[in-house]
Amino acid sequence: MKPFITWAKNKLKIFCGALFWIAVWQFASMKIDKEVLLASPVSTLKALINLCGQSAFWSIIKFSIIRILIGFILALIIGVIIALLSAKIEIFRILFSPLFSVVKAVPVASFIILILLWIKSSNLSICISFLMVLPIIYTNMLQGFLQVDKKLLEMAKVFRMSYGNKILYIYVPQILPYFTAACTTALGLCWKSGVAAEIIGLPNGSIGNRLYESKLYMDTRETFAWTIVIVVISFLVEKGFLWLIAKINDKIKKGFL
Amino acid sequence: MDIVIKNLSKSYNSVKVLDKINMSLSSNKPTCLMGQSGRGKTTLFSIILGTITPDSGDILGIENKRFSAVFQEDRLCEELSAVMNIAIVQENPNKKIIYDGLMALGLLKEEIRRPVSNLSGGQRRRVAIIRAIISESDIVMMDEPFKGLDENTKIQVINYIKENIRGRLLMIITHDEKDAKLLGADIVKL
Repeated sequence: MKPFITWAKNKLKIFCGALFWIAVWQFASMKIDKEVLLASPVSTLKALINLCGQSAFWSIIKFSIIRILIGFILALIIGVIIALLSAKIEIFRILFSPLFSVVKAVPVASFIILILLWIKSSNLSICISFLMVLPIIYTNMLQGFLQVDKKLLEMAKVFRMSYGNKILYIYVPQILPYFTAACTTALGLCWKSGVAAEIIGLPNGSIGNRLYESKLYMDTRETFAWTIVIVVISFLVEKGFLWLIAKINDKIKKGFL
Repeated sequence: MDIVIKNLSKSYNSVKVLDKINMSLSSNKPTCLMGQSGRGKTTLFSIILGTITPDSGDILGIENKRFSAVFQEDRLCEELSAVMNIAIVQENPNKKIIYDGLMALGLLKEEIRRPVSNLSGGQRRRVAIIRAIISESDIVMMDEPFKGLDENTKIQVINYIKENIRGRLLMIITHDEKDAKLLGADIVKL
């Protein structure tokens, strides 16, 4: 019972904090009194309900989610592989570390404009979220691989532990905190950059396209509503992903019992 | 089965730790390696295990042999239970044998299931020893395995080792001649 009360108290605190900022938002919009400049929370909520009722709403969300997540997962796989190679073979580290430092420093808009010259706008968000996520995954995972306990690896070598067990029981538990931190940062960023790519590339049936249209028609309420949709999806995907990681970690720990 | 060490030398930053060491180890009787700190006992231990390369010299009789070991540190996977720590180093882990081993050395059922990070130093040491003994190997190496164990537990552990070594070659690094006597081991001084 006690953990539940603590949990409920924490949630209530977060809820009160959110409520405070919504009140500030409402107060500001009432002060400005121009919906086109700052839509109120109530009208944003109405616009959001209206959006949910539209037949195209879910297909638009599906379009953006699929593409942005493809970019994210590709970056995850490739980032982990390159980080592992860099941790094991110095030449990879020498080659890739400066490359990813440059990728991190280049503004996302420059990448969007450049890549738009080479590929269809419908695939732009895949490329952009991939490019934004890759350096984060690489940097974190490289750090993680370099910190793996050498003495445990030595023990594994002496006992001739199988590769599978070595990965599952030595690498994974030690790398997981780095992986989780990388994913938490990267998931937020891939949504921001992916939608930014859609706003510039304007692929049909994407969230970015609808966001741009709402701005074009000065429909601030819909702009706010789509922004909330992006925040909610980003939050849900992040929570879902972290839940999945925690489950996998639990499964590994309990394995033989 | 014998291991023969011939003219083994190893230096670190031009400091000679091992200088043309010659010795032989037999599976007929355990061997206790003794000597003051800094005489290269752990270096020799690591060279036999193959985790350090010697500067010169040969070790005969270890080709294609399987090792199990207790290191100076416990080297356990902290988040895993005692059972899991032992199971993951084995090709075909047998839950019953692992449980029996752990309980024979005084670990309770609920302690066996806990992550080893929650066990005491002495309990962790016993898990590391059982891991080395239960694992399928031809040569068992132990570097100060009784460190942190009280007298009674030490005797219990020594008896467990004697009962379960099953003709394998056993080399133990220790500072206490009493341990060698209890094990019925030959003493080699470095």
